Amino acid sequence: MSHRSTQSKPKRRIGKDNLWGWIFTGPFAVIFILFLVIPLVYAFYMSLFTYTQISGTYFSGFANYIRVVKDSVFATGLLRVILYTAVMVPIQLGLALGLALLLDSFKKKFASFSRVVIFLPYAIPAVIGALMWGFMYSKLMGPFTTLFSLFGLQAPDFLSAGGIFGSLVNVVTWQWTGYYMIILYSALQSIPSELYESARIDGANEAKIALHIKVPMVSGSMIMCTIFSLIGTLQFFTEPTILRNQAPTVIPAEYTPNMYAQALAFGYNQTNYSATVSFSLGLIVVIFSIIFMRLTRRSNGLGD
Amino acid sequence: MTTIEHTRKGTEHRIQGNPRIFTYVVLILCCCYFLLPVWWLIIASTKTNSGLFNGIHGSMWFDSTNAFWDNLKQLGTYQDGIYWRWFANTLLYALVGGFGATAISVMAGYGFAKYRFRGKTLYFNIILGALMIPATALVIPTFLLMSDINLTDTYWAVLLPVLLNPFGVYLMRIYCSQSLPDEMLEAARVDGSGEFRTFFQVALPIMTPAITTVFLLSIVGAWNNFFLPSVVLTNPNLFPITVGLSQWQARSTAGSAAEQIWNLLTSGAFISVIPMVLAFIFLQRYWVGGLATGSVKA
Repeated sequence: MSHRSTQSKPKRRIGKDNLWGWIFTGPFAVIFILFLVIPLVYAFYMSLFTYTQISGTYFSGFANYIRVVKDSVFATGLLRVILYTAVMVPIQLGLALGLALLLDSFKKKFASFSRVVIFLPYAIPAVIGALMWGFMYSKLMGPFTTLFSLFGLQAPDFLSAGGIFGSLVNVVTWQWTGYYMIILYSALQSIPSELYESARIDGANEAKIALHIKVPMVSGSMIMCTIFSLIGTLQFFTEPTILRNQAPTVIPAEYTPNMYAQALAFGYNQTNYSATVSFSLGLIVVIFSIIFMRLTRRSNGLGD
Repeated sequence: MTTIEHTRKGTEHRIQGNPRIFTYVVLILCCCYFLLPVWWLIIASTKTNSGLFNGIHGSMWFDSTNAFWDNLKQLGTYQDGIYWRWFANTLLYALVGGFGATAISVMAGYGFAKYRFRGKTLYFNIILGALMIPATALVIPTFLLMSDINLTDTYWAVLLPVLLNPFGVYLMRIYCSQSLPDEMLEAARVDGSGEFRTFFQVALPIMTPAITTVFLLSIVGAWNNFFLPSVVLTNPNLFPITVGLSQWQARSTAGSAAEQIWNLLTSGAFISVIPMVLAFIFLQRYWVGGLATGSVKA
């Protein structure tokens, strides 16, 4: 955009543009350096050292990274969040797309009401969302014991070793589906309706329009939502931390890599190794996002 | 997806028939699912500590007595009314942090959209790359850094990192290039308006919808903040509600009977979600439009 606009301007403006461009973007650059670049560099620096009570802090090179690679606790946590990602991302995005298509073609008062209701959980902090579901899952305070007994059944134990995976998937789905739905819905709304008109004249039915026009038109937004969801799930922290208060034996303190990093920094006082774990996790997330964007580049043009 | 199956069978007219009932059923089920925990919380906030466990109408309906006002009173006295302190802290973090983050992103977005300066392409690409860096991967490093300069356990430890909002910059840049004509800024300059005056008097009024969106999103981010404050704060007087309530929860589950304050937990949680929920319902058109700006271009 700016490229086109500046070409028409006289040459002497360029020096002025240079100055004012930096004046306007400068404050952000300061914050960016202070709270992104420096912490990252510092974490990397710290990860190159090791502290032991006998020899104090000493430079250990990449020894901590070798330890991460061999660390079975980290590997278990990482595999766990990858599993969560594989299950949660398709559920959330599938549900969000289905609902967005439904709401887009259903223009009734009830549709706008549902839209607000489905989006509502986004306005509720993840901590409170996890708290509420934790209560709901509780045998003593939740409704499910009563609900299941109506049919003569016993409620499943949501907070047991076998049930916790599904329980956490449910909390996250409840919290985030509405957010992705709104993004996809907004994208659907911005498609010019003439496209549908001409398709209808050509004899396409609603299903064909949805599949062949609507879905491809929002694929860019789908990719964006998938990346958000991917990044969010790999750094899973809040929900398991809250549910852990209720089920400490089912959810260990090292349940996810982020929880592991926190436990290392506070529980075990291993700040250097904690920095290594954080840095490694960040790196893995970035690699995942890049792979995903490469894979989808051809179909959506996002990479250009 | 199943509506598609239905409509495939019918002509335009049939679409008004069965699938419409189907759509209603799906939407009603969805509404029930998404409202279920909220309804539980509303009910639970009106119960006493024991009523939560053995209310006579079960967990999804009001107990015989309404304890909401008593709970509210107890929130004001328990641990010297620390709950309201947390509430005030959350407001401070959300409003001040949200305002600062918005101001910085709006300026940066405008700068990127309307000026051509050295290093701009590289600078912006770095920001786009930063969108992929998980926010929580920065928490432990930020904490380590702050504890070295004795910044932990201060308001600044939470407020300053909140100012970083690369997505806001991205959103504002797109909005500025699309909705703010260069001719308009040029005209103001020809009339002798300085760069800052042009920004404040010509650009800002046009950018209001996008600014509101970024402000709302920043506030939500700051309001929901949990990992960072739970790491950088140990002094309960500085906690936001999220950290405070999670500690109450931990204590109620693990502690003795005297420390079980379930009723305060439920009523406290209920009160804490009211401001955000209201803001979202009344400012609907801003977030719907704003999220569209970001997604369409992407």
